[in-house]
Amino acid sequence: MTIDPRTAPDVDAADVVGPEETLPPAIPAGFEATPETLGGYLRRWWQGVRAGELGSLPIIVGLVVIAIVFGTLDDTFYVERNFTNLLLQMAAMSTIAIGVVFVLLIGEIDLSVAYVSAVGGVTMTLLLRPDGSNWPWWAAIGFGLLVTTLIGLVQALVITKAGVPSFVVTLAGLLIWNGVVLILTTQYSTSGTIRIQDDTVVGIANDFLSDAWGWAVAVGGVAAYALTQLQTARSRRARGLDSKPAIVIFLQVAGLAVVTGAAVWYANRDRGIPSVTLLVLILFVFWSFVASRTRFGRHVYAVGGNAEAARRAGINVDRVRITVFMIAGFMAGLGGIILASRLRSVATNTGGGDLLLNVIAAAVIGGTSLFGGRGRVVSALLGALVIASIANGMGLLNLATGTKFVITGLVLLAAVLVDSLSTRRRAARGVM
Amino acid sequence: MTDPLLACEGVSKAFGAVQALYRVDFEVRAGEVMALVGDNGAGKSTLVKCVAGIYPMDEGRVRVEGRPVTVHHPRDAARLGIEVVYQDLALADNLDVTANMFLGRERTRQGFVLDESSMEQAARETLRGLSVTTLGSVRQRVAGLSGGQRQAVAVAKSVMWNSKLLILDEPTAALGVVQTRQVLDLVRRLADRDLGVVIVSHNLHDVFEVADRITVLRLGQRVALLDRAETTQQDVVHAITAGTLDHVPGMADRG
Repeated sequence: MTIDPRTAPDVDAADVVGPEETLPPAIPAGFEATPETLGGYLRRWWQGVRAGELGSLPIIVGLVVIAIVFGTLDDTFYVERNFTNLLLQMAAMSTIAIGVVFVLLIGEIDLSVAYVSAVGGVTMTLLLRPDGSNWPWWAAIGFGLLVTTLIGLVQALVITKAGVPSFVVTLAGLLIWNGVVLILTTQYSTSGTIRIQDDTVVGIANDFLSDAWGWAVAVGGVAAYALTQLQTARSRRARGLDSKPAIVIFLQVAGLAVVTGAAVWYANRDRGIPSVTLLVLILFVFWSFVASRTRFGRHVYAVGGNAEAARRAGINVDRVRITVFMIAGFMAGLGGIILASRLRSVATNTGGGDLLLNVIAAAVIGGTSLFGGRGRVVSALLGALVIASIANGMGLLNLATGTKFVITGLVLLAAVLVDSLSTRRRAARGVM
Repeated sequence: MTDPLLACEGVSKAFGAVQALYRVDFEVRAGEVMALVGDNGAGKSTLVKCVAGIYPMDEGRVRVEGRPVTVHHPRDAARLGIEVVYQDLALADNLDVTANMFLGRERTRQGFVLDESSMEQAARETLRGLSVTTLGSVRQRVAGLSGGQRQAVAVAKSVMWNSKLLILDEPTAALGVVQTRQVLDLVRRLADRDLGVVIVSHNLHDVFEVADRITVLRLGQRVALLDRAETTQQDVVHAITAGTLDHVPGMADRG
């Protein structure tokens, strides 16, 4: 998807509706592009933070705290092997949470994602059974994703056409799909566990990139980021709009390069970057693009911000809602497949436990508002990183399950408190 | 004299037993500000919604620039260049000014990728063209704007789509003195650019400040069409409260 900023502007020049043609001479207005300096940029950012526009700041602070706490409490938290484990542990959670972010953005909730993900994993696993249908891996995965996407569609149709709140519909879905998982797993296995014997599927969450590929991905990713930033800045400057100062772009690219480089170097000292991490990054880039750069994404935010305004603007609100629930179903299915691959099996308890709470908590901790219209896809990854780090650290400390739940719950509460306090602060300052 | 921009003749609309509008005539010329006043329940909103295509009329003819037209849907109205800015403004607080101005009509490349810089530039030019200078940046979120700024954004959003007739529903109802001033100035500038502007208002002070002519509705009928220059607030108040009705409500007179 390459966009050439040099040719694009001319395309729309003719479409510019120009009431200004019949105007009195231009009046000096406050919209002149001003060249930005690093100082000005930082000042604006700090003003935003003080007004409650926190962005990813709380979560970065949180990650630092987690790193220090577990780093001091346990010697193995910083071992290379644990780092790659962490990347594996957060993969399925981030994938499902990306779908949850979309649902939260339109101001709805999907409580069924965890068991829908299990339906995806179980469907795929059953189709793969060598003594059963023995489908090829791609067909089994495709069918699993189709099933979960259709589940999203059906639930969305009930929500939009019958006007039942999504909370209730997906709560019913939670039970229904839990039941379906139990029925399927017990019917096809006496032990309640079905193993996956397809190497490709098992490889999804158990293979690692070679050292060289890890570096190639890191370099490619940073270069692509730098190029998009530069292109955006150039196209904005060409139109006389204010743009990020070059020094800020440079620092952001350099920062990304340092973080990515450190991650690859560290992971390569163990088994390398997991392949599934690359998959998650691709999903992240794709869905971020959808949310922030496409017309559909804009409509998602509009529906979450003011559904009535969206409707009057001619946006088909129901269609946006249905599509979003289908995205949630699709991403849940993908997450379920990753989870099944990682465990090399599905069982009666697949999709249960704290998976649902973790994926919703991940989206919220990452900074996506529960009230709709605010949030970014990256919050799914950041939140999943936080949750996985806590779970991982507590696992190393051998804490009891009860203690783990209490601590995870407190972290979620803290995240929601930060969200609502900063919302209140924004409202008080009139910046939202 | 040229045809008026909008001419409605004999518009009637009933909701069950309630006759909300009874044979109302209403016209707006290009370049004038027409005020639509009346007490609560006089039929102002109903008339606006009929013109905007939200309510179907029971009877009545509408002509735009002399051409007979039918308006069955808000889309029809938009195609004819009629835009309504409702009191709640219909802005999405979580989106910035540019995104709101282009909501539902985003400019894209390849059909789905937003062309942000082109939209931002057009939004800026439209606002500058309307001399809206109080906005800091078109990338500001709407939630952070004052009531007057929001009104300006909502108006600019409508103007941007080549509209010829802009209907503002109670544009100053929730505003302070300075912001009311700014909105009224904006209304005046719209008319100076040869748009027809209808303002629905309760506030006669505002009406007298900005309107060229005043249509007074009472109990669903037009009881007066006044030239602002030749009338006083007293006359208008009298028309609103005691204007002569051609048709007495409740009487079975449909002939």
